[in-house]
Amino acid sequence: MSRIQSTFDLLKSQQKKALVPYITAGDPHPKCTVPLMHAMVKHGADMIELGVPFSDPMADGPVIQRASERALVHKVGLRKVLEMVSEFRKSDQKTPVVLMGYANPVEAMGIQQFTQLAHQAGVDGVLTVDYPPEECSKFTTALTAAGIDSIFLLSPTTEPARTDLIVQQATGFLYYVSLKGVTGAANLDIQEVSKRVAEIKSKTNLPIGVGFGVKDAATAKSVATIADAIVVGSRMVLTIEASTEENLIDNVSKLVQELREAIDAS
Amino acid sequence: MQVYDMPDERGHFGQFGGIFVAETLVEALEELRVMYEKYRHDPEFLAEFAYDLKHFVGRPSPIYHAKRLSDKIGGAQIYLKREDLNHTGAHKVNNTIGQALLAKRMGKPRVIAETGAGQHGVATATIAARLGLECVVYMGSEDVKRQAPNVFRMKLLGATVVPVESGSKTLKDALNEAMRDWVTNISNTFYIIGTVAGPHPYPMMVRDFQAVIGVEAKRQMQEMVGRQPDAVVACVGGGSNAMGIFYPYIDVPNVRLIGVEAAGHGLETGMHAAPLTANSPVGVLHGNRTYLMQDADGNIIETHSVSAGLDYPGVGPEHAWLKDIKRAEYVAITDDEAMAAFHNLCRTEGIIPALESSHALAYAEKMAKTMSKDQIILVNLSGRGDKDINTVAKLSNITL
Repeated sequence: MSRIQSTFDLLKSQQKKALVPYITAGDPHPKCTVPLMHAMVKHGADMIELGVPFSDPMADGPVIQRASERALVHKVGLRKVLEMVSEFRKSDQKTPVVLMGYANPVEAMGIQQFTQLAHQAGVDGVLTVDYPPEECSKFTTALTAAGIDSIFLLSPTTEPARTDLIVQQATGFLYYVSLKGVTGAANLDIQEVSKRVAEIKSKTNLPIGVGFGVKDAATAKSVATIADAIVVGSRMVLTIEASTEENLIDNVSKLVQELREAIDAS
Repeated sequence: MQVYDMPDERGHFGQFGGIFVAETLVEALEELRVMYEKYRHDPEFLAEFAYDLKHFVGRPSPIYHAKRLSDKIGGAQIYLKREDLNHTGAHKVNNTIGQALLAKRMGKPRVIAETGAGQHGVATATIAARLGLECVVYMGSEDVKRQAPNVFRMKLLGATVVPVESGSKTLKDALNEAMRDWVTNISNTFYIIGTVAGPHPYPMMVRDFQAVIGVEAKRQMQEMVGRQPDAVVACVGGGSNAMGIFYPYIDVPNVRLIGVEAAGHGLETGMHAAPLTANSPVGVLHGNRTYLMQDADGNIIETHSVSAGLDYPGVGPEHAWLKDIKRAEYVAITDDEAMAAFHNLCRTEGIIPALESSHALAYAEKMAKTMSKDQIILVNLSGRGDKDINTVAKLSNITL
C-alpha cells in the first residue's frame, strides 16, 4: 500500500482530515528545506507538497513565483529537489511527499530517469501542473510502474465528462482547485466548493484535497468540513518570505500548528 | 500529391504542439477551439474579416521588386512582401483582427494580450478601439522602458498597459502574466495571442489568420513575374509572419522556405534567440511542446536579440515540425548582420525595415550572392522600422 493511501486510511479511522502544507524546495535557501519539512511534520502536517522550482510557473500566482525565483538563485533544480527528498527520508519513512511542478524539468531529465530517481528518493506522488491527462499517458504509466501516484487537478470549470477522464487516470488523491485563477488568488466560495466536491465524490473513492484559496485557519477549518485534505500553499510561502533565518522554523511551525488546530476543531 | 493537413484535432504537429496547460485553462481552450471550428469556414465571418483586412488594414499589401538592392548585391532578384505598409506598421494586425472578431462573436467584452516590442500590443489595442472592446496589454517592465513610444501608442488607443516585474521582465514573463489574467477572468475575457505558439488552437488559428500574406503573395508573384519564387525568406521569433507566408507555399514544390532566427551576439556566445538553428532540446512551455532554449534543469534561459520581437526562447510548434520534416530550413543572423541589412535597405530602397525583418533581409542578401540573376527570393518584410529608430540611434551612439 502506498504511503499516501495508508496516510488517508489512518486519518479516516481517526476521523481526521489531512493537512498538506506546500513549500517550494530551496526557498528561501536549499539548506532550510529539509529542516522545514521535519518541522512541519512535527507540528501537524500529514503530507508535504514540495514545489519544484521552475523559471516560468504559469499556473502559480506571484507569491509562489517569487519562491521559485529565490530557489533558482541557488540553482535548485529537479535533481537537487530529489536529493532533498532522500535526505528527508533518512529520518522520516512515514510522511508522504508529493512533488508539484511543471512538465519541462521532468522532460529535461527524461521521464524514465525521473521516475526511477523519484522512486529511489522516496517520492510518493507527482502533480505536474501543465500535463493534462490527454498529454501524459506515458508519464503516468512510468509513475505507476515506479509505485508513484499521479495526482491531477480538477477545477471549477472542469466539465463532468472530463472529470470522468481525470478520475480514471488519477491515483493517490485528487486535488480540487477551489477557485478560478492562480495559486493564492482571491476568496473561495465554500458553498460552491462543497457542491463540486460532492459531485466529484460521487464518481470516485479517491480522497479529495482542496487548495488554491486556503489562506488562514478559518478557511482551513471550513474546507476541512468538506474535503479529505487541505492544501495550504501561498500562505506558507508568505510566512517563509516574511521570516528571517533565525525565526523561519518557528514561524512556519507555528502556522502549521494553527492550521492543524483549526482543522481538528472542524 | 500529398496534401499538408496539420495539426491533428488536439493541435499536434507530430510530437510538437498540443495542449499543455493547467486544468484551470482547459475549458476556456475547449470553448475557443469549438468556436473557432465553427467560424473558420463561416462565409459571413470570413467576409467580415476580409472587409477589415481591405478597408481597415489596406490589404492586399504590395509586392515590390527591390531592383537597386538586387543590383547592388549582384545575384538573385529580391522581392519584398510589404507587410510594413499595413495599418499599424506590421503583419501583427492581420491576426488581431481575426481574433477580435472571434471575441465579439463569443460575447467577450474584454481582450488581453502580451507584447514584447509592442507591435502586437498596438495591433490589439487598435482593433479593440475599433470594436469597442476593453483592452489590457501585459508587457515586461524592461520592454516598457525600451519601447516607450509603443507604450504611449497603446495608451492613446485606450488600452491599459500593465508592466510585468517578474522573471526576466520581458516577453515570456508578459505571456505568463496574461495567462494568469485569463485563467482568473475566463468568463468575460478573450486572450489574443500574437504568435503561432501557445496551446492549441492558437498556433493553428494565428497561422490561418496570417496565411493571407502567403495567399496574396502567390497570386501577386504569378501576376508580376509569371512564376513563384525560388525561395521565401522570413524572420522567426515565435514565427507568425513566417508561418503566414510559408503556409500557402508548403504544398508548392521547388519553393525553398527559409526561416531566419536571431543569432544575437553569435550562436557560439549563447546570447541568442535561435532554438532551431542552435539545436536546442525539445521541451514544454507556454502550452505547447517545441524546441526550447533551456538549461540542464529544464529552466528557460534568457535570450538575446537586438530586436525585441525575436527575443523569445521557444518557437511555434509548426516551425519545429517543418524543420524536422525538412520542408523548411532554419538559419540565424547576428545583431550586426541585421543592422547592416537595415542600413542597406534604408539607403538603397528608401524603406526603413523593422529590425526583425532586417534579419530576413540579411539572410536574403547572403543567399542572393550565391544565386543567378534570373532567380527570385521573396522576403517577407514583416514590419516597418520607425519603432526601432531609438535602438538604432543608441547602437550608433547618436542621441536623438
